[in-house]
Amino acid sequence: MSGLDWLLEPLHYGFMMRGLLASMMVGIICSTLGVYVILQGMAFFGDALAHAILPGIVLAYLLGWPLAVGALIFGILTSIGIGALSHKGEIREDTAIGIVFAGSFALGVAMLSTVGGYAVDLAHILFGDVLAVSVQDLWVMFGLSVCVLLIVLLFYKELLVLIFDPVLAKVLRLPTTFLRYLLLILIALTIVIALQTVGIALVLAMLVTPAATAQLLTRRIPSMMLVSAICGMAANVIGLYLSYYVNIASGPAMVLVATLFFMLAFLFAPERGLVIQKWKPRLQQG
Amino acid sequence: MKQFLPDNLHSEAGRCLPSDPTMPSVQLRQVTATYEGVTALENITFDLAQGDQVAVVGPNGAGKSTLFTLIAGTLAPVQGTVNIYGSGAQGHRCVGYVPQRNRIDWKFPVTVADVVMMGRVGRIGLFRWPRRQDREMVAQALERVHMHDLARRQIGELSGGQQQRVFLARALAQEANLLLLDEPLTGLDLPSQEAILDLLAQLRQQGVTVLVATHNLNQAASHFAKVLLLNRRLIGLGTPQEVLTPSLLSQAYGSQLHIIRSTQGDLLLADTCCDESHVPYFEEQPLPIPKPAPATESIFS
Repeated sequence: MSGLDWLLEPLHYGFMMRGLLASMMVGIICSTLGVYVILQGMAFFGDALAHAILPGIVLAYLLGWPLAVGALIFGILTSIGIGALSHKGEIREDTAIGIVFAGSFALGVAMLSTVGGYAVDLAHILFGDVLAVSVQDLWVMFGLSVCVLLIVLLFYKELLVLIFDPVLAKVLRLPTTFLRYLLLILIALTIVIALQTVGIALVLAMLVTPAATAQLLTRRIPSMMLVSAICGMAANVIGLYLSYYVNIASGPAMVLVATLFFMLAFLFAPERGLVIQKWKPRLQQG
Repeated sequence: MKQFLPDNLHSEAGRCLPSDPTMPSVQLRQVTATYEGVTALENITFDLAQGDQVAVVGPNGAGKSTLFTLIAGTLAPVQGTVNIYGSGAQGHRCVGYVPQRNRIDWKFPVTVADVVMMGRVGRIGLFRWPRRQDREMVAQALERVHMHDLARRQIGELSGGQQQRVFLARALAQEANLLLLDEPLTGLDLPSQEAILDLLAQLRQQGVTVLVATHNLNQAASHFAKVLLLNRRLIGLGTPQEVLTPSLLSQAYGSQLHIIRSTQGDLLLADTCCDESHVPYFEEQPLPIPKPAPATESIFS
């Protein structure tokens, strides 16, 4: 079998074709937004948000709505809830995240446990199934992705100031509260987009790992976003093929490939890699 | 979409230009402010003229940073009013400031030019991208601090003095007419110190008001026409000769100040550094040879 056949064969199946498109979209969007997540130190928030939208998914499932709609409503509610709890400074932000995260996830599991076939459904939601993506899902994902990228583009310079130097954002009288919530909502949207491919439990990897890889390789935000998007997309596509040929679950396969990319960058990045940093002093000495 | 957003999203050209040159650049009236629940400043009243360059001195915890946050409009006073060029502190957007070093993530993927461009963001306005004139302003600002050849460097790759100059350039690009600097000269390499002092001289001619918080009384006396002495309350404001006197300094520094009388004149030792933990250490365990406390400043009078 030639290399081309090897690549094309899986795509004869409609579900693989849809899966491939979904993985690529998720790779691009998550990895782009992931740049904000890691620069702002919001990894825990992202993980929490992914778990906290479970009640929304269950509700949508029970009512027969598209899952993304329920997830989006709860994602936004959670973002606003966490923001409001920690805004006054009485409760630390990570504490507020912990409370909302655990409470909301428990509510979701409790709701799900009232429905038959609970264990199967829970596994599906926790780990996702990119091969079950429908054409309608693809369109929803596409629409949300365009929205997210457009908002990032429109507020690029303001978000940059907010993340780099929040005091300057205030001094320049930028609408900092609005921008903060905008960022939270963007992350919520991104998680909703990624949910069906990797599920609640692993969506964090999509947000954090490619962006962290890109930070080791670049020195400006636009190039970091680009490299991150390419890494994320490549990891997802390779992961999908792996899952087809090696017969492992697609979500974990994608995350493992992304992790491998990160390890490679961590060790061998041209300037900031571990190897070069260990060798540089010796080379200079000898 | 624009009409749904608050007015202050859009830059208003000319807002930074004072309409009346006799108007004070900074005006505080009976201002009291708290920081983390503690009263940091009490009943402060003073005026600064446009173009004043003022060294703000006082011991640690005197409220220097609180004063700056009030003037920048990021903190509202509990009592009293703050006016900047005649508008409330929140209404003015031309306050430039240099952040404290530990507030910045130096691994952040931005170049020198990116950081300076951030100063333009308020003026560029929402939904717009930097235009040619903005890029020119950035280039000019970098030239004024002698940093134009490093514009493409990532900020983490610079020395401390160069980083300080980048943030000064950002304030210039912002077209700030009031500059707040925290220890701008401390611990810097000589070229950076010279570049910054040179810039301060240029700004004086342009009528930009500058407030510099410093621990260094010598610097305050030699480079600034006015000194503002602070310790929760305003202790003195005037020329260095008027303000840096033994009686006012001992009011500000209290037990941290030592006056040694000698045949050549009075020697003032103001212990202005870091923490007070070493003060009782001296009292409990007198060392055989009394060593001067760290970061001690001296002024001969």
